Amino acid sequence: MNTISSLLNEDWHERYRRIANLNIRSSIYDLTNRCNLRCKGCFFFSSGEHIVTEEMDIEKWEHFIDKEKARGVNLAILIGGEPTLCMDRLEAFYKRLPTYCATNGLIKLSRDKFPDMMVGISLWGGGEDEKVLRGKDTFAVSSKNYEGDPYAYYLYTVTPRQVGKIEPVIKRIADVGLKVHLQLLSNDESVDGFYWRQGELDDLRLEMDEMLDHYPQTIISSKYYHEVITTGMMLGRRFGWQECPSVTESLDTRKPPVRRLIHFYRWAADLKTIHRCCTSATRDCSTCKDGAAHMSWIMVNKREHMNTTRDMQNWTEVYEMFAKLYRLIPW
Amino acid sequence: MPERIATEGIIRHVAEIIIGELKLEDITPDTFNPDMDLVDELGIDSMDLATIALVLQDEYKIVIDEDDYPKLKTVRFICEYIEEKLTAKH
Ligand code: SF4
Ligand code: SF4
Repeated sequence: MNTISSLLNEDWHERYRRIANLNIRSSIYDLTNRCNLRCKGCFFFSSGEHIVTEEMDIEKWEHFIDKEKARGVNLAILIGGEPTLCMDRLEAFYKRLPTYCATNGLIKLSRDKFPDMMVGISLWGGGEDEKVLRGKDTFAVSSKNYEGDPYAYYLYTVTPRQVGKIEPVIKRIADVGLKVHLQLLSNDESVDGFYWRQGELDDLRLEMDEMLDHYPQTIISSKYYHEVITTGMMLGRRFGWQECPSVTESLDTRKPPVRRLIHFYRWAADLKTIHRCCTSATRDCSTCKDGAAHMSWIMVNKREHMNTTRDMQNWTEVYEMFAKLYRLIPW
Repeated sequence: MPERIATEGIIRHVAEIIIGELKLEDITPDTFNPDMDLVDELGIDSMDLATIALVLQDEYKIVIDEDDYPKLKTVRFICEYIEEKLTAKH
């Protein structure tokens, strides 16, 4: 039987120890139904998940967050809509729980109020793609708002049109002293010209690997993660509904039970409705490219990676990547 | 029953449960080191622990609080935890 010390040398074992006991229990909260953009392909609006009556009473939010904390949640991931449109709710979370805010970066968060709140700024490619998909080049604004911020990084959603062109985007990010994590567009609104074609994902994987070699200080990623998100395969298994770890616990009726995020929920902004998963319930699981779900898929399958040293190192690197994205370990 | 024998029985049974639930190969209750760190060496995670805890709860008619999972670091610690819970019941 393989053990961790039979697979990892002392250096790797030490890296494993840093992350093995983190025991993160995350959940996702739609902080609001509103947004100051309307991106083509936004799963939130395209799936109609914004059609709930938003809870406006801040005391109800506070009470709700306390209950979530009591439920064992120790990482709140705030999405929307655009969370920065509701600073009082952001503050209510931040005062109670380790909190991560996913934003388009157009509104600057006050670092006096939220000194170490992790911020992930969405970016959908270079300026032209951003104009087509989001109506404006958000980078021009967000990079000014967050330049050099040690608790912010870009979440770069690579689109099929970006293949072969990601380096200038990464360079721009490096130049403003920020870091970047890569994920793939799922094209939820079937925007023409943004479908993944055969071979593009293989090319992109090579390109992402190369970028990671060239910009290790800027890119928070791992080659194994690149492999899994571009192929949808892990240890000979195919990603999809039967494998997905990011399903709301009370809606998870899969049999036999699947390895999953413990106590994970995604709550709507009415604080009553729960969504199926970390992304839209209308998305086809067989083509889902959600980066966080793929990352979690690897993470919840630890013992399955205890076959070879390389597998275990791959697993460790992906968990480190996750831990860095939330600054649970230093960058 | 002498205390040591009772303890050894629980240790063996916990090892059996872990091997069975996690479908571990090349290891038996006799070769299972009760002091092996379950996370640091065996690579178990909180979902594995939750599975094991469910079975232990059933078998020993005790309640295992999720906040106590970090205490369940080895088979020996699990055994001590069970013994404490059983003593508290009587
Ligand atoms: S900024 Fe985010 S929430 Fe707003 S429309 Fe774009 S993808 Fe959707
Ligand atoms: S759409 Fe993606 S994240 Fe949601 S359940 Fe399906 S595979 Fe999982």
